[in-house]
Amino acid sequence: MNNPFLSIRDLKVHFSTEDGVVKAVDGLSFDLAKGRTLGIVGESGSGKSVTNLAVLGLHDREHTALDGEILLDGKELLTATERELERLRGNKMSMIFQDALASLSPYHTIGAQIGETYRKHTGASRREARARAVDMLRRVGIPMPDVRVDDYPHQFSGGMRQRAMIAMALVCDPELLIADEPTTALDVTVQAQIMDLLKELQQEFGTAIVFITHDLGVIADIADDVLVMYGGRCVEQGSKKEVLRDPQHPYTLGLLGSMPSLHGPVDVPLSPIPGSPPSLLNPPSGCRFHPRCAFMEKVDGGRCTSLQPVLEVVDGRGTACHLAPGQRRELFADFATARAL
Amino acid sequence: MSSPVNGTASSASSTTLSSATPLLEVSGLTKHFPIYGGFPIKRKVGAVQAVDGLDLRVAEGESLGLVGESGCGKSTTGRLITRLLEPTGGTISYRGRDITHASRRQLAPVRSEIQMIFQDPYSSLNPRQTVGSIIKSPMEVNGIEPDGGREKRVRELLELVGLNPEHYNRFPHEFSGGQRQRIGVARALTLNPKLIVADEPVSALDVSIQAQVVNLLQELRKELGIAFVFIAHDLAVVRHFSERVAVMYLGRIVEIADRADLYENPRHPYTRALLSAVPEATADDAPARERIRLAGDVPSPISPPSGCRFRTRCWKATDTCAAQAPPLVRAEGNSAGHLTACHYPETARLPVDG
Repeated sequence: MNNPFLSIRDLKVHFSTEDGVVKAVDGLSFDLAKGRTLGIVGESGSGKSVTNLAVLGLHDREHTALDGEILLDGKELLTATERELERLRGNKMSMIFQDALASLSPYHTIGAQIGETYRKHTGASRREARARAVDMLRRVGIPMPDVRVDDYPHQFSGGMRQRAMIAMALVCDPELLIADEPTTALDVTVQAQIMDLLKELQQEFGTAIVFITHDLGVIADIADDVLVMYGGRCVEQGSKKEVLRDPQHPYTLGLLGSMPSLHGPVDVPLSPIPGSPPSLLNPPSGCRFHPRCAFMEKVDGGRCTSLQPVLEVVDGRGTACHLAPGQRRELFADFATARAL
Repeated sequence: MSSPVNGTASSASSTTLSSATPLLEVSGLTKHFPIYGGFPIKRKVGAVQAVDGLDLRVAEGESLGLVGESGCGKSTTGRLITRLLEPTGGTISYRGRDITHASRRQLAPVRSEIQMIFQDPYSSLNPRQTVGSIIKSPMEVNGIEPDGGREKRVRELLELVGLNPEHYNRFPHEFSGGQRQRIGVARALTLNPKLIVADEPVSALDVSIQAQVVNLLQELRKELGIAFVFIAHDLAVVRHFSERVAVMYLGRIVEIADRADLYENPRHPYTRALLSAVPEATADDAPARERIRLAGDVPSPISPPSGCRFRTRCWKATDTCAAQAPPLVRAEGNSAGHLTACHYPETARLPVDG
């Protein structure tokens, strides 16, 4: 990827708590170009949201230790001051959160909240900001935007609130949009509307999107590239096709096997991943996935428990696993045939 | 409410029932939550029509899936069946016995046979009780003393749901979300129920844990022959778990059919739209089925549209749809037991993709 817009190198986010240091993100790297969508998948506690809070500088500065490099359009964000970040936030980069109701102020009208960001970054007047808010609401598909602009969040339905949040995030035409589970709380039909909207807006403005989700189906719909996180690390990355069609990490394989489908046989039990996600306070030694991995004994010398596998990325494709590529082809073959059905 | 008569008649002849009386039979079930307003004397000004004339039957050992978007009344239905809510109208009968308005005392024996699993494994377990006493309490309430004592039974149940019996004296906060849901399942199994109403039992769990719990429920169902009413918004999970599936929209069933019929030959436009909106984890660029995008939101159940409730979002709606509520009947071309409530049912089968 030449000249990525967002580039993260060896990012570490550690929280100090009463019980010890929580290594929420422990060495994460990725690149994202303009006009592309990166899907980050992982279960709760895999570090996917924390990574993006760190990009925006929204983490709790007092109890968080950050390390590594976050470059946005060549500018280092980790060392940026709060003032510099404020200028970027909402302007060059912005974020959509999962819970739209909790992210909107109940005391201010939708229009005022959308306009606030715009006024702050452009110095526009109240009147201009309101016109801009109406325009944004129209663009995200709210009917009668000139009337609804004066509504309060409680007068909007769940899907409309999420649209209003998107309008707020996009009001300054940001070049980077981080969407943290933006559709998880929505019904499927509304989810489909919101994803279409994001795709349209991206085509129009060439926005770079980081889309965080736990749903591989959503990833398949919206992402160009996929990054799978487990226990604060990236275990596999690649293009959407590569990862979904030919998963190389046992965890990705497990996620795909856990998902019931709308097609295919119905009487076959799902193949879940045993156990539960690791504690980041006290993560497992070696590969963090090894306590739940079905293929651990296939690796010689107990390397899975002693040695942390390295993520080697070639042409955007990489896996952090001790299994040899040939072994994987053999072991995952059953899975591949099952998926092909 | 003249419509469902046809529906029940044809479904009765078609369901694969061995005995004449189904385990659970619901007809014309209605729940309206009153809205009070006005000043200074509050009076009833309207009603949320959460469930409006529902007909269902569940055979012994059968799993019926209830799907629909938020606000369609699926959870209310679950609560009405378990009699946690008092129905406004209609009847619920369990093994041929009318329990619609049965008193607490009359209900007691039935309640032990109908159990519920809740969505949120955090709020549905008392944080001050040990796992042992949580699972034991149904026996205490009903004064049941199994052979070998209650504690032995609890340990068996813990083992059955894949938890360590040694954890008898632990508190819920010591368990992860998936394990808590297993505790909820164990509690539901304590009294050997015949019917379990599971209200979104896996939607609060991570994908890998969700699969564990779905498999557990599936095994229990096969081993113990328990019938399920499985309420969920995830169409893929319902397809995996339920033999028959009912799709709800704004308090009514719009389509009900055997699993294969519903997913391969949906006749109601809403079912089609719902199925087409589910994103699937395939890497193919061209989606297997055509995407139908519904515009707008679900109307308010306080003043639902006249006639067919889906008409405001339906691309086929005509004046007939506004004037008449379509009955839930076996539309032309439907296989037995496949009922659709639509004036203009879809015809083309969905492509069976390879």
